[in-house]
Amino acid sequence: MLAYLIRRLFFFVPIVFGVMLLTFVLFFVVQSPEATARRVLGQKATPKSVENWLHNRGYDKPLLINTTPGQPWHDSLFVTQLGRLVTFDLGTSDVSGRPLREIFAQGALPSLLLTVPAFLVSLAVSVALALYLVFIRNAAVDFMATFLCVALMSVPVMVYVIFGQFVVAQVLNYFPAFGFEASGWSAPKFLLLPVALMVVSGLGADVRLFRALFLEEMGQDYIRTARAKGVSKARVLLSHVFKNGLINLITLVVASLPFLIMGSLLLENFFGIPGLGNVLVTAIQAPDFAVVQASVFLGSLMYLGGLLLTDLCYAWADPRIRLG
Amino acid sequence: MKWLDQIWVQNLCLLAGYGLLARLVVWGLRSERWQTAWKHLRRDKLGLVSLCVIGLYLVVGTLESIVLPSASGSVTLLQRLTAGIPQEKSYSAPLATTALSVADPKPLLGRHVLGTDALGRDTLVQTLRATRSALWIGGLTSLIYIPLGVLLGLMAGYYRRWVDDAVQYVYSTVAAVPEILMLVAILMVLGKGLGSMAIALGITGWVGMARLIRGETLRQVERPYIAAAKALGQSDWRILTRHLLPNVMHLVLIKFVLGFSGLVLAEAVLSYLGVGAPVGTASWGTMIDASRSELSREPLVWWNLTASSCALFLMVLALNLFGDSLQRAFDPKRGA
Amino acid sequence: MLSLRNLTIDFGTGQDRVQAVKGINLSIGAGETVALVGESGSGKSVTGMALTRLLPEPPAVYAKGEILFEGQDVLKMGTEELRKLRGGKIAYVFQEPSTSLNPVFTIRNQIAEAIRLHRPEVNDIDSEVVHYLDMVGIVDPAKRISDYPHQLSGGMQQRVMIAMALACQPQLLVADEPTTALDVTVQAQILDQMRELKKRLKMAMLLITHNFGIIGGIADRVVVMFRGDIVEEGTTEEVLRNPQHAYTKALIGCIPQLGQRRKRLVTIDHSILG
Repeated sequence: MLAYLIRRLFFFVPIVFGVMLLTFVLFFVVQSPEATARRVLGQKATPKSVENWLHNRGYDKPLLINTTPGQPWHDSLFVTQLGRLVTFDLGTSDVSGRPLREIFAQGALPSLLLTVPAFLVSLAVSVALALYLVFIRNAAVDFMATFLCVALMSVPVMVYVIFGQFVVAQVLNYFPAFGFEASGWSAPKFLLLPVALMVVSGLGADVRLFRALFLEEMGQDYIRTARAKGVSKARVLLSHVFKNGLINLITLVVASLPFLIMGSLLLENFFGIPGLGNVLVTAIQAPDFAVVQASVFLGSLMYLGGLLLTDLCYAWADPRIRLG
Repeated sequence: MKWLDQIWVQNLCLLAGYGLLARLVVWGLRSERWQTAWKHLRRDKLGLVSLCVIGLYLVVGTLESIVLPSASGSVTLLQRLTAGIPQEKSYSAPLATTALSVADPKPLLGRHVLGTDALGRDTLVQTLRATRSALWIGGLTSLIYIPLGVLLGLMAGYYRRWVDDAVQYVYSTVAAVPEILMLVAILMVLGKGLGSMAIALGITGWVGMARLIRGETLRQVERPYIAAAKALGQSDWRILTRHLLPNVMHLVLIKFVLGFSGLVLAEAVLSYLGVGAPVGTASWGTMIDASRSELSREPLVWWNLTASSCALFLMVLALNLFGDSLQRAFDPKRGA
Repeated sequence: MLSLRNLTIDFGTGQDRVQAVKGINLSIGAGETVALVGESGSGKSVTGMALTRLLPEPPAVYAKGEILFEGQDVLKMGTEELRKLRGGKIAYVFQEPSTSLNPVFTIRNQIAEAIRLHRPEVNDIDSEVVHYLDMVGIVDPAKRISDYPHQLSGGMQQRVMIAMALACQPQLLVADEPTTALDVTVQAQILDQMRELKKRLKMAMLLITHNFGIIGGIADRVVVMFRGDIVEEGTTEEVLRNPQHAYTKALIGCIPQLGQRRKRLVTIDHSILG
């Protein structure tokens, strides 16, 4: 198990390097640092202020390798950027000059308060609905359910958000429509509606996916064995199908992570929750390239972390891997 | 890029796109697998209805894509066809006869089935015009990510060894960046526009295609017909294009249709976030963004948001349903 | 004990309708072993599964006839009655032991589930599990019960399947190609084991197979199925010595025999049989 973990970690090293290379190419080669400076400084940019801006950030160094005589070869933009990211020195915001570490740390809690409950609730609801659909297994219900799922997943996230907020908050006047207070017990009040919307917006795709997964499990030989043993239909589903399906489901769950990020991005922006998604949307409008660059890097680290976690869960849950 | 604005360039692009689509259909008609799939599809009512809906969108999008010369530069065919609809001063409700103003309800110049937006433009016409953005994004992106994904997937599955390792490394790296972050980052650097959006979506989109094709190629390579082709001394390129490609083409088609719906959605989300369609280009995403604050107006303005959301929803739904039908038609045993 | 009367089973509806079993009559007495022989697609497995309505409906449709088990029609039973019949009175052993055992449950778990369902009076379930594993010839069963299926060899897995079926003390064991997926040497061991168990437990058995070679010494009677119909029926000796139907002759011709060299493999020409 430990050897497996170490092997996986080694597998991630080149990928993290690749992500760094990718963001470097995007933010320093495709768009030169001068162009970045001019876009950030906007109309008040003078040749002098651009030069200052570049120098303050160390963006005036050579791109890949420093060939200037008398200076060390590694005093280049790429090497310093790499070094900073490896040591988690994310730099400062292009706009406010605040350390990015601070900005992200501040946004992490509201984002987690939104995404973690949404993730858990939607997983539970989708699995339950999918199991129920497999249980009734009736041609007409199946047709309606799959159609409904496809319809639900064809609605863009922002439409869910806009209509959800309009109907629940403005017409029915149930929840506060906007804002966030993390202190004490007021957070749930502000998070209930965003979490509910996030669950609903992902429901169609999840139920459809899990239903297909459980149905495939139903066709396995060992399900026939269980039925031939006289196990009732409900028990076949809740014990045999559920446990096997859940193991396969673990690998699929990581696929919903990017979707989660997008959902929280739009929801935070719309509900005024000061989380990571809101940080990003503000950065897009500013424009603040440092924040976007750091978001890409942190986002992929989070994704890889999630991947590692699912790998571990999978290895732990499946005796065929756990016991070799 | 001044030459892109030329009337004939735009029309030629459109023609080339349809030419490619026609070529694909002609190729498919000769394949036995596609013929059987068509027989299955013909009995699938839901699939046929969604195909018709997609066809309608194609017609509307094409009308908006055909550019004609006019006194003020250029005008699209759809604009010319709807030129008779007068422009109002500001908002007006669907089928209203007076402007939406409590203080000063002036009579309108004409009737509008879905009302007008803040600038007094007919909502229905604006919604129809936005079809163009969705179709162009879907089409252009598909032109980027399908060849890239199919080629890399085929090569990884056929050559294996270091080619496979390299392809897998590259797509694992791209997939490690959450898609929306990647798209936002690329679009911030490249700037708004349909072209940059297609490039950004192409860069992130090929991964799924490459994975799918690689997996299927790994299966196909085990089949005797590949060994036979090798034994006959056929070149790798010939085996890839003449033997393997036709056997994975149906997967490409299904992925193309289902992927198209994802691209249309992505276009709307990106435009909504403000990194997608440029100012002045009609897009459902920008329409939704512009009209979201209208819900808190008094009196309530709901038609712009509803029209753009419904148009977007219907297109994505039709594409998803048709994609599912295709999947069932090509693989009747597995379809649910 | 069991009799099928004019049993007809269809798959699908409307245009796609296929008749898999075409009005067959068959009976099995208590303690009797009947071999149901035919190639794949002849309807023999479908018949076996139909005995407890195991076929997924849809697509399967029980179009006509009845399945009488101890005088009761299985096709008219309710869910709870069917559940008690399956495993409790008619138990199954399937062809592919590697996929027929649930990979995420231990051997103990899977056999105990069967015992709990049909013999609630048993208190010490673990020792009962060990008892049956011992009966089917698993060495050191007390240690093996916490194993997962993938830790056992194919032959061991099939022994576990048999133990699981026997653990409910059924009146009829349906063995659907029990040895087909196994190595030849393991096949022989499993068949020996089944012969011995049959003598010891005195239960009825329906042995479904495509291979005439394995039925000698086990089956009392042979029923030959072809395209959903029974084409020949008789005692094992009779049929093996003097097959009447051309299809039976062809099937028997397929048995490889030691010390006998054939110029070519016998293939079954369906056009002659119609």
